[in-house]
Amino acid sequence: MSNILEVENLVVDIPVSAGMLHPVQGISFSVGRGETLCIVGESGCGKSLTALSVMDLLPSSASRNADRLILDGEDILGVDERRMSDLRGDRMGMIFQEPMTSLNPAYTIGNQLEEALLRHRNVPRQEARDRAIYLLEKVGITAAASRLRQYPHQLSGGLRQRVMIAMTLMCGPDLIIADEPTTALDVTIQAQILLLLAELQKEFHMGLMLITHDLGIVARVADRVAVMYAGQIVESGTAEKVFGNPSHPYTQGLLDCIPIPGKTKRGAHLGSISGIVPSLVGDLSGCRFHDRCDYATPECTAADVDLKAGESTDHAYRCLLSPAQCAENAKRKVPA
Amino acid sequence: MTETIVEAKNVQQTFMISAGAFRGKRPLHAVNGVSLQVEQGEVLALVGESGCGKTTLAKMMLGLLLPTAGDIQIDGKAIATLDRLEIARLLQPIFQDPYSSLNPRKSVGSIISLPLRVQNDPNPETWKQRAEEIMALVGLPPRVFNNYPNQLSGGQRQRVAVARALINRPKVVICDEPTSALDVSVQSQILNLLQDLRQELGLTYVLISHNLAVVEHLATRVAVMYLGRIVEIADTDTLFNNPQHPYTRALLDSVLTPDPSMGVPDSQLGAAYPNPVDPPSGCTFHPRCAKAMPHCSTVAPRAVPNPAGHVECHLYDDQEGRKAS
Ligand SMILES: Nc1ncnc2c1ncn2[C@@H]1O[C@H](COP(=O)(O)OP(=O)(O)OP(=O)(O)O)[C@@H](O)[C@H]1O
Ligand SMILES: Nc1ncnc2c1ncn2[C@@H]1O[C@H](COP(=O)(O)OP(=O)(O)OP(=O)(O)O)[C@@H](O)[C@H]1O
Ligand SMILES: [Mg+2]
Ligand SMILES: [Mg+2]
Repeated sequence: MSNILEVENLVVDIPVSAGMLHPVQGISFSVGRGETLCIVGESGCGKSLTALSVMDLLPSSASRNADRLILDGEDILGVDERRMSDLRGDRMGMIFQEPMTSLNPAYTIGNQLEEALLRHRNVPRQEARDRAIYLLEKVGITAAASRLRQYPHQLSGGLRQRVMIAMTLMCGPDLIIADEPTTALDVTIQAQILLLLAELQKEFHMGLMLITHDLGIVARVADRVAVMYAGQIVESGTAEKVFGNPSHPYTQGLLDCIPIPGKTKRGAHLGSISGIVPSLVGDLSGCRFHDRCDYATPECTAADVDLKAGESTDHAYRCLLSPAQCAENAKRKVPA
Repeated sequence: MTETIVEAKNVQQTFMISAGAFRGKRPLHAVNGVSLQVEQGEVLALVGESGCGKTTLAKMMLGLLLPTAGDIQIDGKAIATLDRLEIARLLQPIFQDPYSSLNPRKSVGSIISLPLRVQNDPNPETWKQRAEEIMALVGLPPRVFNNYPNQLSGGQRQRVAVARALINRPKVVICDEPTSALDVSVQSQILNLLQDLRQELGLTYVLISHNLAVVEHLATRVAVMYLGRIVEIADTDTLFNNPQHPYTRALLDSVLTPDPSMGVPDSQLGAAYPNPVDPPSGCTFHPRCAKAMPHCSTVAPRAVPNPAGHVECHLYDDQEGRKAS
């Protein structure tokens, strides 16, 4: 599989009043064509900033560094803003949690969809309109032609999110980054939108980078998973490996916290992760999870812990414990 | 014999909302004829899509909204004859957002003891001690007594909200999305806490949540709402193992358990949630229903009782609808 996106050693720093914040600390991942990579983790772990780094849309105070940032073979690390804005919306699109961050309340749906294509392609407006209708129907909006005259506020949240998805598809991008695209929606609509994204992604052979804090979504849509904690990827691999053989104590802890119908005994105590996430300001070293970890030893704080291979090649985790010890711990945590 | 603490009889809440410029106002039946009993000791969950009327129903039970029609009784007394303070002693809410539901300018200690002041509790010298006791009960360290909400983590703030709700030892706690603003690791702590307090204090909960895994975990009985009505109610086992109403099934089908061997389910709910100002005729669910029959679009279904509760669906009613069509 050829990679549409390759990110190596991405670092984001933001100066804040308390010092230097390190929200993203050396993250590496790739997304293949037709592949879905899910980035999962709790609030504040750096998921959104990772996504914004790829789009080069970080807040102005933030600084971005990386060893490599490659979009479909093109190095986009050093390119100027003009080239980036050519790429955004054309080769890569972003879907936000709140569709109104990208939809303009003052223009009709049709206008905004057409503009998304006309900005990047020299085609007649009629062609843009036809594509808008085609895509609105693709995302499951009935009577699409009549919707073109409507304004965003005349649509429900679920419909707006569909329009957003259609808009990102106008130029036929290679990569879609979706940041919590269904978090604000009902479970019924959420399932529809995710199904839709998965279908469109396979059909158009795009790479999809989906950011969420919902482990259920991850398990159902991800080909590969990256679990983030405090600015680092602490575990990554295929969905089968990460869910079937969760190795990092944090991943194990997360899975233990959620009630799983048919698995968790009803009414029984759920697992929990004691303590709180560490501050990301100032110098950081050692395992970021050590003070919340049941298995921590003095060694864990002595030096940074590297990602290492799990029992198989398509699985890695950032912990000093051996794969066998991790498997043993997982068994203890989740009584089958 | 169980004791009914809250009883709603054919309760309605109608909001007049403007239908657009020059078109005047139109009624929105947010709660449209709900009858429901909350029994001592149970955890009754209210589930359904956004806008179906869960919060509105909860607000009426709390006496924060007067029903447009129908009656609510609390402990056998009509809610209209009780004053705010009496209701507050029996029923307390915990809301979704631990950030906005706490006054940022008040210290934790004063937030938690506020209900005692409001209720003119006769023993002010005990307030501090009681606040400290309840803080210990919900797992708040004593040192945060003088802190302000913005100095606490999300989980700690929600514990403050729980402590405030419990300090007067209410019988019923109405939890409206108590953990949906929280991370999963914090959510599990609060859910465990609610579970423990229920045992320790013999509490009754009304739990509103869109997270059906949480509902299945905590609830003893579940009411499914659609466009202002309870379309199915049953004990948790029956509802999750043997859902009757096609809407309940679609809702359960949409639950994403963390199982990588399964894909995203197709709940078959074609059309979108209807406009509540202009609800569909007959059974309001019929445009989205995979099992709709001809008379579903003309005749409103009645509540068909079954051993577990009731279901409002023509599939289970041999007489009413078919006769009319
Ligand atoms: N503009 C900014 N200035 C200062 N700090 C920021 C800024 N944007 C984000 N941060 C901080 O960087 C960290 C990572 O933020 P990010 O938005 O990437 O988190 P996230 O994983 O997307 O969380 P969530 O699940 O809540 O969306 C957080 O601690 C956040 O407070
Ligand atoms: N004060 C009000 N004025 C007008 N309409 C209202 C008012 N409060 C609620 N509504 C409407 O009544 C309906 C029911 O709202 P309610 O808040 O009870 O839904 P809900 O089931 O709690 O939804 P959610 O899951 O989004 O919290 C909605 O259509 C809502 O827009
Ligand atoms: Mg984010
Ligand atoms: Mg509500």
